[in-house]
Amino acid sequence: MYHFEYQRPATLDEAVALLKEDCKLLAGGQTLLPTMKQRLAQPEMLVDLGAIETLRGVCPDDDKLAIGAMTTHAEVASKADIPALACLAAGIGDPQVRNRGTIGGSVANNDPAADYPAAVLGLNAQITTNKRVIAADDFFVDLFETALEENEIIINVTFPRPQAAAYVKFDNPASRYAIVGVFVAKTGGGVRVAVTGAGPCVFRHKDLETALTSNFSAQSVDTVTVSATGLNNDLHASAEYRANLIKVLTKRAVAQIGG
Amino acid sequence: MGTQTGIGASVKRKEDKRFIIGKGRYLDDISRPGQTYGYFIRSPHAHAKITSLDSTAALKAPGVVAVLTGPDMQADGIGPLICGWGITSKDGTPHKAPAHPALAIGRVRYVGHQVALVVAETLQQARDAAELVEIEYEELDHVIEVGDALAAGAPQIHDDVPGNLSFDWELGDRAKTDGAISAAHHVTRMKLRNNRLIPNAMEPRAALGDYDSGTDEITLYTTSQNPHVHRLVLSAFNAVAPEHKLRVIAPDVGGGFGSKIFIYSEETVCAWATKKLNRPIKWTAERSESFLSDAHGRDHETFAEMAFDANGKILGLKVSTKANVGCYLSTFASAVPTYLYGTLLSGQYTIPAIYCEVQAGFTNTAPVDAYRGAGRPEATYVVERMIEIGAREMGIDPAEIRKRNFIAPDAYPYETPVIMTYDSGNYALAMDKALEAIDYSGFAARKAQSQTKGKLRGIGFSAFIEACGIAPSAAVGSLGAGVGLWESAQVRFNPTGSVTVFTGSHSHGQGHETTFAQIISDQLGVPIDQVEISHGDTGKVPFGMGTYGSRSLAVGGSAIMKAIDKIVEKSKKIAAHTLEASVEDIEHSGGVFKVAGTDKQMTMAEIAFSAYVPHNYPADVEPGMDETAFYDPLNFTFPAGTHIAEVEIDPDTGTTEILDWVAVDDFGNVINPMIVEGQVHGGIAQGIGQALLENCVYDKESGQLLTGSYMDYCMPRADDLPTFRVQTINTPCKTNPLGVKGCGEAGAISAPAALMNAITNALGKEIDMPATPEKVWRAAQGL
Ligand SMILES: Cc1cc2nc3c(=O)[nH]c(=O)nc-3n(C[C@H](O)[C@H](O)[C@H](O)COP(=O)(O)OP(=O)(O)OC[C@H]3O[C@@H](n4cnc5c(N)ncnc54)[C@H](O)[C@@H]3O)c2cc1C
Repeated sequence: MYHFEYQRPATLDEAVALLKEDCKLLAGGQTLLPTMKQRLAQPEMLVDLGAIETLRGVCPDDDKLAIGAMTTHAEVASKADIPALACLAAGIGDPQVRNRGTIGGSVANNDPAADYPAAVLGLNAQITTNKRVIAADDFFVDLFETALEENEIIINVTFPRPQAAAYVKFDNPASRYAIVGVFVAKTGGGVRVAVTGAGPCVFRHKDLETALTSNFSAQSVDTVTVSATGLNNDLHASAEYRANLIKVLTKRAVAQIGG
Repeated sequence: MGTQTGIGASVKRKEDKRFIIGKGRYLDDISRPGQTYGYFIRSPHAHAKITSLDSTAALKAPGVVAVLTGPDMQADGIGPLICGWGITSKDGTPHKAPAHPALAIGRVRYVGHQVALVVAETLQQARDAAELVEIEYEELDHVIEVGDALAAGAPQIHDDVPGNLSFDWELGDRAKTDGAISAAHHVTRMKLRNNRLIPNAMEPRAALGDYDSGTDEITLYTTSQNPHVHRLVLSAFNAVAPEHKLRVIAPDVGGGFGSKIFIYSEETVCAWATKKLNRPIKWTAERSESFLSDAHGRDHETFAEMAFDANGKILGLKVSTKANVGCYLSTFASAVPTYLYGTLLSGQYTIPAIYCEVQAGFTNTAPVDAYRGAGRPEATYVVERMIEIGAREMGIDPAEIRKRNFIAPDAYPYETPVIMTYDSGNYALAMDKALEAIDYSGFAARKAQSQTKGKLRGIGFSAFIEACGIAPSAAVGSLGAGVGLWESAQVRFNPTGSVTVFTGSHSHGQGHETTFAQIISDQLGVPIDQVEISHGDTGKVPFGMGTYGSRSLAVGGSAIMKAIDKIVEKSKKIAAHTLEASVEDIEHSGGVFKVAGTDKQMTMAEIAFSAYVPHNYPADVEPGMDETAFYDPLNFTFPAGTHIAEVEIDPDTGTTEILDWVAVDDFGNVINPMIVEGQVHGGIAQGIGQALLENCVYDKESGQLLTGSYMDYCMPRADDLPTFRVQTINTPCKTNPLGVKGCGEAGAISAPAALMNAITNALGKEIDMPATPEKVWRAAQGL
């Protein structure tokens, strides 16, 4: 690690006031700290969001569920009353990671193989920051790239309640991140299918959504051709295999929901 | 003696308390006054010339003590790292082992190659300064795969090794084997790949050099499986210090699996630099350094032919292997794909003709050397895959074909065509027990049931054999070993009756502090909590060859037995004197010395006390009760057994689930069944890792290690594994006093073949390791 300054503000306003160039927000540190230890990142200052109480907690409402950015994966796993979301959080990393890592950090990081982006996009969530509210469809831009501006702070993520939803993940055997993860949600506005792990960035599979909206069944998934074009091709899985997994996992998610 | 703590009892491991309460003392827990920290600058290139190295800026950085390089070492007369086993090629020429300077001189040959050491007051300062060392490289062409390295026109890795060929070795009778193959009813031919592995001990390698200018003595703390071998090599070959001025301490060591046998660059550099700088220097590998620079394992490309008669009787086996040895020959690298491999190709079978040839090729990768099993997993994989595939091709049941070929229980000693003489075994018994345990006759029904769920079920066998207890010194000497492979033990009674045993074996997870204490407790009647096992310090232990090749109990334990014999002999004299009887009339059993036919007796504790307080004592006997013995084994030992794996494959995703695992192993006599079972579990887990999950991959284009962290290198985890059902049978070894064979590597040797046989049985198709989901999916889908 290179030398850096460390601040731990108690309120969001204090945090915003501290922000400057070459500074990084620190949440659970599960991505940021390893990167710094490997000397791949060199922030001059870390602003630790850990003491800001208002950023933490699960807030259920009739038609939605708001989760503070600093809520850990473990808390979401035990407290979120959207079962697919709780189950997704329970499948992230290991207990240490789940008790440190946060939803805000994961979403802001937008790792192509991370789990949360699939839920955020699949459930059509909204990301509230200190500056604005961003729709999931506009948030995930590209590999490790989001709509967040420099030093924009995620305050919470709000999930509309689906009629039903399921997340099925095929683990990378080594890292246990998603080789492919598919989040299927039945919502008032039709079925949404969000795919993580398979491409450079989480994406919605429109053909699967159309097929499932008109006929919510595994057979309906079979009618869709999932193209391998543009999918990731790496040491662990070819694009072709990932395309197969998208279909298989979508069918399994549909079956879990009861299609 | 007390069955509670004696031979055969599952005594809980004495050493575990300190490990569990955080009081284990691993290398990084040790610090010396005035200690500095070393950080190694490593090559970012697979193959390059070092055109310049400028440490001016680094030397001015805060806290920096020195920047040391290969030429500095050379100038101080420090010799290159050595390979300690000479192999002779077919044409009679010795193997080629190019000079391996501990820090690169002029050229780097793999990503991670040690280029310079930065020494500073803190690790942070050393790392910061390392970024200021300006090194210019001129990249050269590189080669990663051994097949490519040995092909015409490959980039030359060493100027003095044409064609990158270290040796071209053979064993067995080529003409006879060719004859058997051409006359056979059926010949099975297969290409087999034994995938390259990275060891991944839990504690990374580390070294702490500590020079005392008052005594001119260097103490090297290092993560070694064999501290005396380190001392011997570092003084005799590297000239770091004369042997009597070098003390090597291997404290608690967190796993080795072979990777800590070798004398590496880093500890050589630390031992030299501490004296040069007159400061203690500590280096602890980061995990990524372990991936890059621990000696890797396996990495064979093999073509094998197995010839059968119409009944499935094996007539001959011909094996041609290309072994990747990395960019230099590591300490025992040459022995692994030769005498630890070719000699085991007879398996458990009577095979009249065997021929094996091995070409060892240099590549721009980390050195490859012994890794749990070392050569024997590769041999077992060849034999057990070939016989299984042969059975499939000929339509013979895989258990039945093995039985038709087993060496019979009354055929010992059995001499194989590949220079081994098996002393004992009962292969059909292990097989029968394994078949019963797995309910082999119920397999067809279970398979049909899986089918109804859309799953593919498979069963796979591995009837493995290994040669452990390495090894008779004269035998290995005649095969090229540079050292003797005996072991020493010193058994010291204290006046109050407690015992300290100094052993040259080194425990880095094996549980010697318990097993060895059980031997003392059993033989001499000493309560186990009165026995201390001391190991890992050349300043305390008389001498030792260390722990590898499942040799600790068979060789180190036998040395303890020899020392016990001396203790008993001396004790008899003391008892005879005290009890006023003749020595011939003294009978010994479990620490009680009795005058035959009387109730007159002395206990071991009483005798020990008398030996140190010799007021009433025989005139011709020395005081004290402290005996040292060296034991050179008469033969290898031959643990063997049958493992059966049952798997279910999801053809949609290619996921393999291991449903059941039965292991029936013959380890000869067993001292501690619980520890043995633990060793088997760990070994199987590692073997499953190789077959299913682990794979070291370098990018052919860039030469970079792609699997350089746990993000990409997949270690087996508890939830990848089934409950293992482990049994032992006990055919005592006939060549050592304990009748033990060794159990440390069996699982890792047997498991890959069993699992791959199960997976390919389910698929109805042959695939190579590791059976990753995608590979299995492709096979299942016919892609
Ligand atoms: C061993 C291991 C296994 C893992 N396995 C998985 C897995 O299976 N699936 C998975 O999805 N993830 C996995 N992760 C990643 C884990 O979920 C991380 O916790 C997560 O990606 C980052 O969250 P964090 O709270 O740790 O963020 P940090 O590491 O602290 O920060 C990550 C990035 O987000 C920024 N950031 C943090 N909070 C905010 C905020 N409120 N507003 C704006 N920017 C912010 C930071 O500045 C930084 O750039 C794993 C990590 C490890 C170490």
